[in-house]
Amino acid sequence: MNSNVVALAFISVIVSVGAFIGFYAGTRRKMDLEHWIVGDRGFGMLLVWLLMAGEVYTTFTFLGASGWAYGKGAPVLYILGYQPLMYVVSFFILPQVWEVGRKYRLQTQADFFQVRYNNKYLAAFVALVGVVFIIPYLQLQLTGLGMIVEVASYGAIHRTPAMIIGFLIVAAFVLTSGIRGIAWVSVLKDLLLLFSAVFVGIAVPYIYFGGIGPMFAALVRAKPAHLVMPGATTNLGHSWYVSTVLLVAVGFYMWPQFFGASFSAKSSDTLRRNAVVMPFYSITMPLMFFVGLAATLILPGLSNGDLSALAMVRKTFPAWFLGLIGGAGALTAMVPAGVMILTAATLFAKNMCRPILWPGMTDQQVAKLAKTTVLVITVAALYSAIYSSPTLVSLLLTGYGGVGQFFPGVVLGLYSRRVTMPGVFAGIVTGVFVFVALELTKHDPLMGLNAGFIALCFNFAVVGAVSLLKPVEHGGVDEQLQASIEA
Amino acid sequence: MRKPSVGAILLALIPFAAICFSVSLWDRIYPMVLGLPFNFFWLISWLLLTPLCMWGAYRLEAPRASDSHNEGAGTP
Repeated sequence: MNSNVVALAFISVIVSVGAFIGFYAGTRRKMDLEHWIVGDRGFGMLLVWLLMAGEVYTTFTFLGASGWAYGKGAPVLYILGYQPLMYVVSFFILPQVWEVGRKYRLQTQADFFQVRYNNKYLAAFVALVGVVFIIPYLQLQLTGLGMIVEVASYGAIHRTPAMIIGFLIVAAFVLTSGIRGIAWVSVLKDLLLLFSAVFVGIAVPYIYFGGIGPMFAALVRAKPAHLVMPGATTNLGHSWYVSTVLLVAVGFYMWPQFFGASFSAKSSDTLRRNAVVMPFYSITMPLMFFVGLAATLILPGLSNGDLSALAMVRKTFPAWFLGLIGGAGALTAMVPAGVMILTAATLFAKNMCRPILWPGMTDQQVAKLAKTTVLVITVAALYSAIYSSPTLVSLLLTGYGGVGQFFPGVVLGLYSRRVTMPGVFAGIVTGVFVFVALELTKHDPLMGLNAGFIALCFNFAVVGAVSLLKPVEHGGVDEQLQASIEA
Repeated sequence: MRKPSVGAILLALIPFAAICFSVSLWDRIYPMVLGLPFNFFWLISWLLLTPLCMWGAYRLEAPRASDSHNEGAGTP
């Protein structure tokens, strides 16, 4: 049999099994908004772990980690820096957010801003910023899915049909099964990804160099500068590392889809324990680095570094294994994409349309509008992935610099009673403006510092200044929540 | 929200100090440990040591959290 047929069969089987799990998870359940987006707040530790791990490991981590190790070298270590630290930060935020969420039946991140600051325009603005930064992230998943399937099928399926098929499946299981479907597809995806990363990360150095140690010995001889920061770059040094790790560690759970996923947990303790153990899962990341580093010696000069891991697998292993990796890679795009679509659609319907445009909408109408929006977002992301320029993607890829600007509003909202709505509103506007201005004028990094980090400093300064100069306006803030914050 | 205990915050600062702020101390190739350059070895070790610190923080925080939980009992 031709190798492309074998690989294609594997990809198809894996994606079909994933799709079946996704649909099956949602059958025989009443899909109201509460169930659709937060799974009735009933997920135990294992499912929350799988959902969160499933969301966090996107195609960017799958392809991007090895791509950075290949193209940039040691700066890729920032991934190993921020991952454990973002779980440390989440330990102090997500359980508390969950408590507020249970009390006030919150379903989205913007809902949190609504009850804490009691201003529908702030909530709608938070929703808008969230959606604006989710769309390019979603497009990135699509592009990654297309690339993976194209390479893994030896070119038998071109990226455009792969993207269309993959995303129609995602839209379908998001519509039928909501967050529960996505969580269950994560089970398959995580198992496959874990297996592939461990196997490839150990086998590739072993086959070409006789082990991980000998591979590094060869790298130290051939290109020692690649192994310490700034690696193959000129501007990704230590100050960049510190500022980026800090920004992503605090900004990561500010992504509306990650923030919102915490509402699906059964208890705040589930989230707290989850935050303790999550760093173990990051052990797959260095394995992806090893594959990229091996490729710097074995396959130098690739035009697209993001393909280095797949190119190594294709060079080293039989077709069925490439198909397995391709299928795992496709699910790796589909799971996070599902959560992003679900979140963006709900933010749009619940936090932008209802409060601002049609205050009279019932919950059923919101649910219906959100489901229609799922289709609109899917088509829009497909269209932009097929037609847009890749430089736009790389520009907007730094989305955590944008969503990271929610951090002061969340953390101060939980722990400080001095912080005010105008302060947070002005802070987010300032932070997003500074970040976008630095990105558009190509000043990232600026003076060796991550642009999003600089924007976050401005943001904090503005929140502090406005909140202190113009103290809490009484009656403006939800009294009950205020009381629980003071407790 | 009740503020986290000082102990938990100090335990959480350990990984921040080790992983983030001290980068210029550990970002080097030698001494290589277990065949890994020192910076790779250091960060991989902290994937295992961070849960240890946070387990300590959990031991401090979990009893306090369940206290405040009981106070609020009755809410669905």
